[in-house]
Amino acid sequence: MSRLDLALRFYLALIVGFIFLPIFVSLLFSFNSDRFPTLPLGGFTTHWYQTIFADPDFWQAARNSLVVASSTALLATALGFCTAYTDYRYSFRGKSLFLAIILLPPTIPLIIIALAMLAWFARLGISGQIPSIIAAHTVLTAPFAMAIIRLRLSQIDESLEAAAWNLGASEWRAMRSVILPFCAPAIGSSLFLTAAVSFDEFTVAWFVSGLNKTLPVHVLEIVQGTIDPQVNAIGTLVFATSMTLVLIAQALIFFKLQRRAA
Amino acid sequence: MTEPLVVLDAVEKQFDGFVAVNKASLTIGEGEFVAIMGPSGCGKTTTLRMLAGLDTPTRGEIRIAGEVMNDVPSHARDTPMVWQSLALFPFLNARENVEFGLKMRGLDGAERKRRAMAWLERMEIAEFAERNVDTLSGGQRQRVALARALVVEPKLLLLDEPLSALDAHLVIRMQAVLTKLQRELGITFVYVTHSQSEAFAMADRVVIMSKGQIAQVGTPREVYRAPRTRFVAEFVGRNNILTGQVTGSETGHVTLDTPLGAFRVPGEAPHGSTASIVVSADRMQVGPGENTLEARVVSEEFVGAMVTVFLEAPDGTELKVQMQERALGEIDLTAGRALSLSWTTAEGHLLQEATT
Repeated sequence: MSRLDLALRFYLALIVGFIFLPIFVSLLFSFNSDRFPTLPLGGFTTHWYQTIFADPDFWQAARNSLVVASSTALLATALGFCTAYTDYRYSFRGKSLFLAIILLPPTIPLIIIALAMLAWFARLGISGQIPSIIAAHTVLTAPFAMAIIRLRLSQIDESLEAAAWNLGASEWRAMRSVILPFCAPAIGSSLFLTAAVSFDEFTVAWFVSGLNKTLPVHVLEIVQGTIDPQVNAIGTLVFATSMTLVLIAQALIFFKLQRRAA
Repeated sequence: MTEPLVVLDAVEKQFDGFVAVNKASLTIGEGEFVAIMGPSGCGKTTTLRMLAGLDTPTRGEIRIAGEVMNDVPSHARDTPMVWQSLALFPFLNARENVEFGLKMRGLDGAERKRRAMAWLERMEIAEFAERNVDTLSGGQRQRVALARALVVEPKLLLLDEPLSALDAHLVIRMQAVLTKLQRELGITFVYVTHSQSEAFAMADRVVIMSKGQIAQVGTPREVYRAPRTRFVAEFVGRNNILTGQVTGSETGHVTLDTPLGAFRVPGEAPHGSTASIVVSADRMQVGPGENTLEARVVSEEFVGAMVTVFLEAPDGTELKVQMQERALGEIDLTAGRALSLSWTTAEGHLLQEATT
């Protein structure tokens, strides 16, 4: 192994450590019996998990997060699919502008989107409600859904849909029996990925959630009050959930898409 | 009198002002094997897509079995197609691919399966019925595609360069399969190809298209021996084309004054008009004869039993002679050597055309 190779590996290890060490520490202290996060560690305990599981506020926040994440996933993926299909199937004047606008939200700073959403929802009189968080998260995640499904559609043999029509399928039937099955891995991947993004999104949720807190917002409120190892426990749970969703999304998209490309 | 199965009546198709098919008129009878051929961009695939209902004619009329089909959507037609890419559904296995058309027609599962299996057996690929189509070989996939199109028992099967992705030896095999199927089923095949050998090997009639227009329709032999335009003469086979002025005529023959000499050819043409003589490469002989000209050898192409010699006449005209390898004998084919070429008057074909 060359010296450069070694250096690169060391650098990579540092980056991974930088990202994952805090999460690991959080995981570690979530099972630590001491109240303050100091070394050496105290005894092993599940006390903090018991505390949060006994806290109705945590369950309310978890329910909210779950509802928001699953609704967002469905809405964003449906929107993303329609947009990707429009892009695949039709060409029209101003299409590149249309696509640019569709893909814009992830490039805007979260704080600006969050403020704009808050102002807009307040004007409509629907701020601080679950549907408003869902709407905001859908705006944020739909471009990801669109990108994933578009990637899949770019691999389709263009005769496939026409072949279905040719064999007696109406446009809707062909959509259902050819386009959707073909896109199934990408749609699955998009559902999990958008759910994951929504599940641990904090900034926008904090601005628009009001009293209907999601888990990340709930965590912040605990931190603001006290130093409480509960936070580590919740953080670990949120991380585990998001990671699971993302890994499923990755597995779906890589397994299927790589296999086609090979 | 009943109308032929397929009628194209002055059909025109434009895409954004580009004329892809220009006033094409054609009739295709029941049980006929018709090949449409021409170079890429000649409009042959567009013509096929209009028959399938995937493109709508801009002008003119398409009738199938006496019904005007212009505005009938593809899914409401009975015109299955075999695609150049095969377009098999990758998420279905071989049997489910074949069942697709039956499913769209609302047949129940058991009946679908029975018919699909019967076709897979007929195509000798029943053992692969439950295999993912991605895991099949090119020839097997081809058979699945054919079964999928034929299982709906159409009167008209459309084929869009279906053999273009296959290896040469498989092409010959599949040609035999297709010809046999067409005879047995007695249904009409419309076969689009750019390959002259495929078209001539299988078709009852060939349609030659050029720049959106139908240049000639006829049996392979007619088109090969008696091309009607210069384009057809150049596109089909290896023809020698000599252009000149008509300087004399007698009953059944005219004399053409070309830069390479004066030649006689059967036919009628007005005195003083421009015309061409077409002599196919396999009718051209080495050595003097009824019509003789001189040329220099450029190169030769050896394909097993046949040899094609390419020559250049003093005025730059390219000439071709095709002959049996064993008939070649002692002829010296060194590049640059001068040879006399000749053909009997009866083998020449007169081509009258205002423009080239």
